[in-house]
Amino acid sequence: MPDRTAAIAGVYEHPDRRVDGLSKLQIKAECAANALADAGLSWSDVDAIYDAGEAGQMSGVTIAEYLGINPRVVDTTSVGGSSYQFHAAHAARDIAAGHAKVALLTYGSTAKSDERAIGTGARIVAEPTPQTNMEAPYGLTLIGNYALAARRHMHEYGTTAEQLAEIAVTTRAHAVRNPDAVRGLEAIGLRHTGEITIDDVLSSRTIADPLHLLECCLVTDGGGAVVIVAPDVARDIRKPPVWILGTGEAIGYPGNARDITTSAAAISGPAAFDRAGVRPDEIDIAMIYDSFTITVLTMLEDLGFAKKGEGGQYVEGGRLRWDRPGAPALNTDGGGLSSNHPGMRGIFLLIEAVRQLRGESTSQVAGARLAVAHGNGGQLASRHSGGTVILGRD
Amino acid sequence: MTSPTRPLPKFPEPDSEPFWQATKDHRLLYQLDAVSGDVVFFPRRSTPGRDLEWKESAGFGTVYTYTVIRQHGHPFFRARAPYVVAYVDLDEGFRMLAEVVEDPDTVHIGQRVAVDWEDHDEVSVPVFRAAGAA
Repeated sequence: MPDRTAAIAGVYEHPDRRVDGLSKLQIKAECAANALADAGLSWSDVDAIYDAGEAGQMSGVTIAEYLGINPRVVDTTSVGGSSYQFHAAHAARDIAAGHAKVALLTYGSTAKSDERAIGTGARIVAEPTPQTNMEAPYGLTLIGNYALAARRHMHEYGTTAEQLAEIAVTTRAHAVRNPDAVRGLEAIGLRHTGEITIDDVLSSRTIADPLHLLECCLVTDGGGAVVIVAPDVARDIRKPPVWILGTGEAIGYPGNARDITTSAAAISGPAAFDRAGVRPDEIDIAMIYDSFTITVLTMLEDLGFAKKGEGGQYVEGGRLRWDRPGAPALNTDGGGLSSNHPGMRGIFLLIEAVRQLRGESTSQVAGARLAVAHGNGGQLASRHSGGTVILGRD
Repeated sequence: MTSPTRPLPKFPEPDSEPFWQATKDHRLLYQLDAVSGDVVFFPRRSTPGRDLEWKESAGFGTVYTYTVIRQHGHPFFRARAPYVVAYVDLDEGFRMLAEVVEDPDTVHIGQRVAVDWEDHDEVSVPVFRAAGAA
């Protein structure tokens, strides 16, 4: 086991999926205050901030001023939904280097209140890039992009629609146990907020073949915050520290011969496991970015839980439910598919992993010791980012 | 009231502009790195150590993967749905995202396709049809 150089000391997830009237900055500040309280720390302890820029330009400056923090480290890495895995990796590195003691990650989104159609919306091209000029004429939606990867996965490995649907069924089962998730499903207008079956998924309408509505994440408001601290600070916090044991980062983009059934996780995952000195089969909790069912299936393979092409069989029979031994529990908060997805879900992967390792989840896995949080940002079948964080308790 | 039109590339955008200029003559361009021999797509500017030559594709390729878009927020695409968007592997070795203008039920991975052109005032948009089709 490598040296323990940084720990997650405080977390907070905004309980609401509709926060009508609040701004992103207000959500970020509310979450930050609660995450610091969770850790037993105060604003003046914070000396490093990490921000993905969702609240606007020059976010490093904006958020420092708004929160009244004077950071010695500022990192505004913005790589989509996995930004928070990158932030956690950078915070651990910055703390290990002695540049900071208390790092604050915040996220706030009003995607639902703004009625943003993230998955199927028309993208306004303000300033053209070579990518937008080559692709915008063809009307590929974000969901369609992931569908390209799903279609190829099915073709190459015989992955079935039923196997993909298993992932949505499992995450919904976890959401039903999470009161905030159920309240959220009601708040955003879902008629049916109970468990779903494979048939329910496959009989929901097709948005972009082969992906059905119930294979797509929600669009919600939301936010969260994570406080990461140095070992000497971790000794005095309110709750047991959750150690960052290893991290990995990678980027993927279209190539002439790229296999789109493999993502950046195939680089970031092994790097993180190697640095942590942990094997995938030791993991109790798999928090894997579930923007779509195919995202999870691809990353279960890339992270080493299943061989490439065998992810479909791996998830069969509700194997990743919280109460099934023999495989990690998947997205025990309900995930982006059934709890919340305000646009960049990576921070919630860290938060729920911490809850599990503290024994605080609504689908608590008894004795959970090790978790992986893998974020995927951007679009799976074209340009995307992968960030992997391995977490462990004492 | 005019009907909604397909979103087109915007200029100035110097990397993709030569590609789109050539579409007016129904020529499908890609680039070859003279140093490494790599096929490069989308087009970009040469830099020291990466000397990119423009080449013309014969316009034949194979469907690598595809999806059928059934829901879209843009009025043009909403009216056009369902339609097929695919990655097409061109025979010269580059992969291109494009529409395959065929009945969605007939499109499949491995299908041979050929470029066709949808003419607009400023550019022509390359799309693909089943190879051998009229």
